[in-house]
Amino acid sequence: MFAFIIRRILQAVVVMLVISLVVFAIQKEFGDPVRDLVGERVTPEERQQIADKMGLNDPFFFQYARFVKNAVTKGDLGRSFLYNKPNLEVIINHAPATIELVLGTALIIMVLSLPLGVYCALKPRSWLSRFTMSFSTLGVSMPVFLTAILLIYLFAVHWRILPSYGRGETVDLFGNGIWMTGLLTIDGLKHLILPCISLSTLMLPLFIRLIRSEMMEVLETEYIKYAWAKGLSPRRVWLVHAFKNTLLPVITVFGVQIGIMFAFTLLTELVFQWPGMGFMFLEAVNRADLSLLIAYLVVVAALFVVVNTVVDILYGFINPTVRIAGTK
Amino acid sequence: MSHLLEVRDLEVKFALRSGDITAIDGASFTLDPGERMGLVGESGAGKSVTGFAIINLISKPGFISRGSIHFEGNEISAYSPARMRRIRGNRISMIFQDPMMTLNPVYTIGFQMIETLQAHRNISKAQARAIALDKLQKVYIPSPEKRLSQYPHELSGGMRQRIIIAISLLADPAIIIADEPTTALDVTIQAEIMDLLQELCENEKMGLILITHDLGVVSQVTEKIAVMYAGKIIEYGPTETVVHHPVHPYTIGLIGSIPGTIEPGKDLKQIPGMMPTLTNIPPGCAFNPRCELAAEICTQKTPVLEEKQNGIMAACHMK
Ligand SMILES: Nc1ncnc2c1ncn2[C@@H]1O[C@H](COP(=O)(O)OP(=O)(O)O)[C@@H](O)[C@H]1O
Ligand code: SF4
Ligand SMILES: [Mg+2]
Repeated sequence: MFAFIIRRILQAVVVMLVISLVVFAIQKEFGDPVRDLVGERVTPEERQQIADKMGLNDPFFFQYARFVKNAVTKGDLGRSFLYNKPNLEVIINHAPATIELVLGTALIIMVLSLPLGVYCALKPRSWLSRFTMSFSTLGVSMPVFLTAILLIYLFAVHWRILPSYGRGETVDLFGNGIWMTGLLTIDGLKHLILPCISLSTLMLPLFIRLIRSEMMEVLETEYIKYAWAKGLSPRRVWLVHAFKNTLLPVITVFGVQIGIMFAFTLLTELVFQWPGMGFMFLEAVNRADLSLLIAYLVVVAALFVVVNTVVDILYGFINPTVRIAGTK
Repeated sequence: MSHLLEVRDLEVKFALRSGDITAIDGASFTLDPGERMGLVGESGAGKSVTGFAIINLISKPGFISRGSIHFEGNEISAYSPARMRRIRGNRISMIFQDPMMTLNPVYTIGFQMIETLQAHRNISKAQARAIALDKLQKVYIPSPEKRLSQYPHELSGGMRQRIIIAISLLADPAIIIADEPTTALDVTIQAEIMDLLQELCENEKMGLILITHDLGVVSQVTEKIAVMYAGKIIEYGPTETVVHHPVHPYTIGLIGSIPGTIEPGKDLKQIPGMMPTLTNIPPGCAFNPRCELAAEICTQKTPVLEEKQNGIMAACHMK
């Protein structure tokens, strides 16, 4: 198991290196760090001097190594001219909002898709299953911004029970000004509800369908028939024997999708004026802050890789077959 | 005199979109305590469905449409699901064909053994574990302690089938139904598993319904035989007699022209033609297109299973 974890982490490091190389190459090609630093009003000679000083004329891989070294040891991902702060700081300021949005959404998806998916597999003909399946078709085909606007209209404008934009009241989680959380105040939680629901409509139907079809497949296997032949109760056959085998493939997909979701918060953040990384990204695009965009890509990729690695390791703990393969 | 198990006039249908098809058509047989019966026939004849029908576990569109299954003094075919569960894995155990697919891949052997016992007895985990160890020893599993914490994929096919046999023994059942228990195994291991099954049934006085292709094994292990063809039992009698003096032309074809040459490992002989599928069974005797003795009556009237000679029952107009 230990070897498996180490190997999985090494894989993650390699993936990050490849991503950072691509991103660095893009920045090298299109970016202009001198302008980011001093603006347009310098003579070409001065530019040349500054570029030399910044090491911009060094060999490519030399620069790349310095980029990686600075990123890893100093957390230095360049500077944003838009905010006039280090990129990483800008991103860290915006990350908690997005992370809490994704966590809330993941929670909604898990809590709803597991029981519904399992139920739809066990009782495919019941009215609740039929309703769930047709509703999930609707959910898949409805664009996020439409869902969001509909939710805002109903809950914020019509019934006036939930706020429609912003994060509401936040408190400092660690007392060091880095993580402002909305999870600890009633107002903050209220603000979280609509954005999370709207973001979850994208993937909730997908997971209900995935869990349903995986479960149905498992129910047809010989080992489930054998579980019946041993005289086990339906509860035990379904919730112990079938459920765990259903969960295994679902966990992997879940990891990937949660990772992807970090990049999909854009629209939701825009509609709900949610001050997260997606919102920041749109601003950076608007003002052509390439340096910040690049840093954002690196961070989102890192989040994606971390989530995937954690989920894979988790999967290794649950699936005995993987554990054995890992120790070999 | 009542039997341990008496299946009478069993009919099983599958509800397909095109209408119901009859997979088992009026099968009757009995099993006494400790008796071993072979159920033979070509693939698709209805052997597995018959086995599963006894514990009321026929795959989905299938259902028992007629007949009675009497076991230990009760009519169990009409049991509620909850009562039926107390028979499955407890009074009647089943061994499946492919040991590679039978055990749940994500739980340990110990887990899968202990849960079986706890489903049927009110005992602690430790007590269940002790019984599981005892049964693993009975099936000659080396280092049984270690097996309990292993996962199925860590064991070979032969080892897994031994474990499945041990699971079937857990609750000391009255009958074991073994559905081609060696078909999926290496030839070298097949004989070992068969010997083990026979030994256990003899020692523990358990009834056995052995579903198989292997006539040699049937003649070695069982005391009586039921031969199935297209959903019907067409010959039924003591193994010794059926193997050496078969009555039904189909059985004669299976065994070959020289009786007494049957050895273990020898498969049923090929008879020209194919067994009909359930949707196009010919009128009269289902075997008539392949039968050398077929006469006019064979295409008009379905023969019934009746006593012929030497205590053999057969369904044939010409015998
Ligand atoms: N799940 C099913 N759906 C429809 N028909 C089935 C099903 N299972 C079995 N049958 C029918 O029952 C017949 C007998 O099957 P089976 O008992 O498995 O044969 P075998 O003698 O090889 O064990 C098959 O030929 C098939 O037509
Ligand atoms: S009834 Fe006729 S066709 Fe059928 S086995 Fe007997 S002789 Fe052959
Ligand atoms: Mg079969």
